[in-house]
Order: sequence, then structure tokens, then C-alpha cells
Amino acid sequence: MTPVIRLVDACRTFPGPPPVQALHPVNLTVEPGTYLTVVGPSGSGKSTLLNILGLLDRPSAGVYEFEGADVSELNDRSRTAIRAHQVGFVFQSFHLMPLRTATENVALAQLYAGAGRRQRMLDAGIALERVGLGHRRSSLSNTMSGGERQRVAIARAIVHRPSLLLCDEPTGNLDTATADGVLDLLDELHRDGMTLVVITHASEVAARGQRTVTIRDGRLS
Amino acid sequence: MTLRSRISWRDLGAEALAGLLQRPGRSALTALGTVLGVSAFVAVLGITGTAGNQIDERFTALAATQVVVEDVGPPDMPASEGSFGPDSSARVQALNGVVHAGVWWPVPAKKPSISAAYGVVTGTEDLRFLAVEDGALSATHPKLQQGRLYDRFHSERGERVAVLGAVAASRLGVTRLDGQPAVFVDERPYTVIGIVSEVDRLPEALFSVMIPLSTAESDYGMPEQAAAKMLIETRLGAATVVAEQVAVALRPEAPERFRVISPVSPRSLHDSVLGDVNLLFVLLATISLVIGAFGIANTTLVGILERTSEIGLRRSLGARRWHIGAQFIMESTILGLLGGLVGTSLGVITVVIVSLAQQWTAVIAPWIIFPAPLVGAAAGLVAGIYPAWRAAATEPVEALRRLG
Repeated sequence: MTPVIRLVDACRTFPGPPPVQALHPVNLTVEPGTYLTVVGPSGSGKSTLLNILGLLDRPSAGVYEFEGADVSELNDRSRTAIRAHQVGFVFQSFHLMPLRTATENVALAQLYAGAGRRQRMLDAGIALERVGLGHRRSSLSNTMSGGERQRVAIARAIVHRPSLLLCDEPTGNLDTATADGVLDLLDELHRDGMTLVVITHASEVAARGQRTVTIRDGRLS
Repeated sequence: MTLRSRISWRDLGAEALAGLLQRPGRSALTALGTVLGVSAFVAVLGITGTAGNQIDERFTALAATQVVVEDVGPPDMPASEGSFGPDSSARVQALNGVVHAGVWWPVPAKKPSISAAYGVVTGTEDLRFLAVEDGALSATHPKLQQGRLYDRFHSERGERVAVLGAVAASRLGVTRLDGQPAVFVDERPYTVIGIVSEVDRLPEALFSVMIPLSTAESDYGMPEQAAAKMLIETRLGAATVVAEQVAVALRPEAPERFRVISPVSPRSLHDSVLGDVNLLFVLLATISLVIGAFGIANTTLVGILERTSEIGLRRSLGARRWHIGAQFIMESTILGLLGGLVGTSLGVITVVIVSLAQQWTAVIAPWIIFPAPLVGAAAGLVAGIYPAWRAAATEPVEALRRLG
């Protein structure tokens, strides 16, 4: 089976002065249906890795194959298209649009994928059901609790059935009980066959993964 | 892989509108600049247009209904013979569109000494002594202070009657007519039958002692060479046509003996008045519009810095740079359009209020009203270019880093 992610000696250097080697050459393969957690303290290069995996950034050297295709040399436009169709992002601070309903926030994910408005709203409703928020469809996002907001954000990340779900500290802004709920949801998604990469600094979150890698000073181990 | 990220114009517009409505207060304040600019634009053009048309109307009312015919005669014309025949006014009256017509001339008295009492002449040297046909008198729109005008009866019988202008009457000390006062010109008495206080045409009538034509002819003879003139009042809009025909009607065999003075074309007058006034004010309105555009540009730029995280999110969801830029351009264009619409309405209201206060008829050309909101939209569009470019250039990684 084609791996979702295959990094071969991928590294990232930020041009100086002085140049910073944020990510030392990395080799990483993630098979479909894998639940991978990346754990490391802040400033360890987690975000750099996530940006590369999410096609928001390009490796300075090395190869990144996404779904079997080399994407390290793709232009901005093509990488953007892959993000629109095949990658879902979950952020620490949710990043929902205030003054929009849960459904509208979720529907935003397919806005740039070329789906019609009716289809977007329909899919958004299904995704909200999936994350257990079917009853909150028309609630404004700024009237929701933190846990509910993160569930809406997860619904937004999965509504277009991406090949890869990237989560950046998904529980960082949540209390323990709520965080458990969100992590249970991620487990469920994994059981349904979703490929997950979760980045965290908390070892108890990392322990939920099928496989855990540690990153420290830009080196993966 | 043939994946594409795309968005329909409708969805893009909806996103732009939602972005504006999310901060209604700020959007309203931002649009204020365009509102002021466009309303100034419409108001200035509307008011000058309205005023221009009022000036027009005033000229139309008097000058546009007036034709003056001067006797320029052949050079060898005998002194006693004028170009106007005895039936001149009847000939001209027959023309379609003529309301009143009549000949008048300064009476060629030997030494015109005018007085209210026989033999006493003081302070009346600058008064004039005119022979005025009753039709010409009517054409001046005289307002009678007392008494009446002379008519065809007096003219046909050569009655020695006179109508005084108000200034002449007060110089002569004639204040009441019930004692049938007389004025003496070269020691001939003329009974005063009326005093005229105002005229719309022939202003010298107010300084004059006016007598019927036939009276003047029998007492003093024909007018001096080329001294006679004809005053014609026409119906509105008929002056040009009457002016073309009158010389031939008067003397079919020698129309060149008359010079016809017709009113200025109302159109050319209108245009010149409007042209002068407008340029300056249009310049001012344009300046306020430019300031409005800068207002939009500035606020949009600040808004973009504030919405960096939104830009990052949209980019992570697959929005291309172009999509981001287009959304922000659209936002500022919609803002400009809304400002333009409100500004146009305010401008029209201003014109109406000013017109009401001045008792004018508000006149606004459609070519001012309909493009005005588009001018606002264009200002918004131009104002949005730089901020939109900045937004599009935002690196998603940078933007997401700020997400926290």
C-alpha cells in the first residue's frame, strides 16, 4: 500500500543570518490508517515538521512524497490544491470564524474545493453528527464551550474526507476532562481508518497514538 | 494529480459580504469617506445643474420672448421717412407667436422742455419724451400705479394724452390723477391718464413721458432717421421663428432695412453657465472622493493585519493567494459601492433640500445619479488593491504561527 507520508532526508533550514537548522534530515514513513504522535518540548521543531507535512511549507532539501507523489518541488498553487482536498488541520486555538454557525464553519473547509453551497452545508451537517454535535448545528461558534469548539474544528478538518488529519496540540487549550473527550473522538476516527498525525508536548496525549516519535532540537528519534 | 482549488464568484462575494458584516460598525465608518465623497459629487453636480436651469428659466421668461427690430434704413433715406409703415404693428401681429408688438421712438421735439405747470421747467431736463405705440407699451408688461394706459381709441383720434413713468411722475410732482393733471411739453398740454410704476422691458419708460404714436406724428412729425424701433413680445419658444420672419413681414420688398435682435439661444447660455461653475466644484468633490478612498485603503490594511489568522486558516483550507486577494478586493469594492449608494441618496436629498429652500425645481441628470454608486465602487476597488496584495502575500506559515 502506498504510504500517506514518506519523508526521505527532508530537512528545513531558515536562511539567516545566522541560518537556523530547524529540522535536521528526517526519514519518516506513515502508512494509511496509522495514528502517529509526535512529542517534543516547545521550540523543538514540531511546528516546522507539521508545516511540511501539511504542505504549508517545503523542505529545504530531501524528498517529501504525499500519497506516493513527490510534492517537495510543487508550486504554491498545486500544494494549495492538495491542502484543499486531502489534508485536514486541527489547531490548538480552534480558529473558528466568530459570528458564524457551527455548520457554516465546517462548510468553510470545502469552500475552496469547488463544492456547491448546498452540498457543503449537507456535508457539514453529516460531519457535525460524526463528532457528536448534531444538536448544535446552528449555534454560533462564539457561544460554544472549548470542547465543542474543538469538535467543530475537527468536523471542519474531516468534512472533505482528507487522506491525512494533522492536529497541532489539539488539547492544549482544554481542561483534562474535555481533552479526554476530544482524544476519544480522535481514537474513533482512527478506528474508522483515518490517518492521523498529532503533535503535542504532553506525553499522556502522545501515549494515545499507535506509534510515537520524539522530536528534540530538530532531530527525530 | 489534477486537483484544483477553486471558488465560485458567488461564494467569494458571500465571503466578502460576511467579512464586512462581521464588523458592521467599522465597515460603516470605513465607508463614510466614500459616502461623503460621492454625496459631495452628486450634490455639487445636482445643485449646479439645478441652479443652471433656474438661471436659464429667468432668461427664458424675459429675453427669450423678446424680439427687437431696429430701423437701419438706406443711407439716403429722407429724414422724414421711416422704414416702419403705418400698418407695421398690424403686419407683425399677424405673425404666429406674436403676443404684443408696437413701434416706439424718441419724439423729435425742437427743445423738449417738460413741466407740470405752464412755463415752469425745473429738474426735468433728463426726462425723456417718447412716442410709444399701445402694443409696445403692453409688451413692456407695465404695472400701473394709478389710472390707465392709452389705447387704440386715443391713438386713432390723436388725443393729447400721456402715460408717465413713476420716476418722471415724481419729478414732475404728479401724485394724483383725480384732478386730471396735465404735463406741458414745448408748451403743449398732455392730460396724464396713467402712471406706470414698473416695467419688465424698456426701462427708460420709467423716466419718460409717453404719448400715442399718432399724437406724436401730428404734433412733431415723423421720427428722425433710424430712431424708431419695434418691440415685440412673443410666446415662449416662438422668438427665434418670429425673428426670422419679422423683417420680411414688415417690408417684403426691402427686408434689409431692418436689423432684428433676437434672444441668445437658451442652450448655449445654459452650457456656458454650467461649465464655469462646475469645474471647480467637481474638483473639490473628486478630492473628497480620493480622501475617502484612502480611508478605505487604510482601514482595510489595518483590518488585514488583524485578520492574519483568518488568512492563515483560509490558506490552510486550500485558498489560493488569488482567492485571498480577490476576497479583500471585493470587500473594499462592496464597501465603496454601499458608500456610493448611501452617498448618492444623501446627495440627492441635499439637492432637493437646497432646491426647496431656494424655491427651485430640482434638476439632476440621470447621468449623474446612475454612475455615482459605481464611482464609489471604483474608489473602493482602487483602494483595495494594495491591502489585498498584502493579504495575498501573507505566508500561511507566518500567519499560522501567529495563531498560537
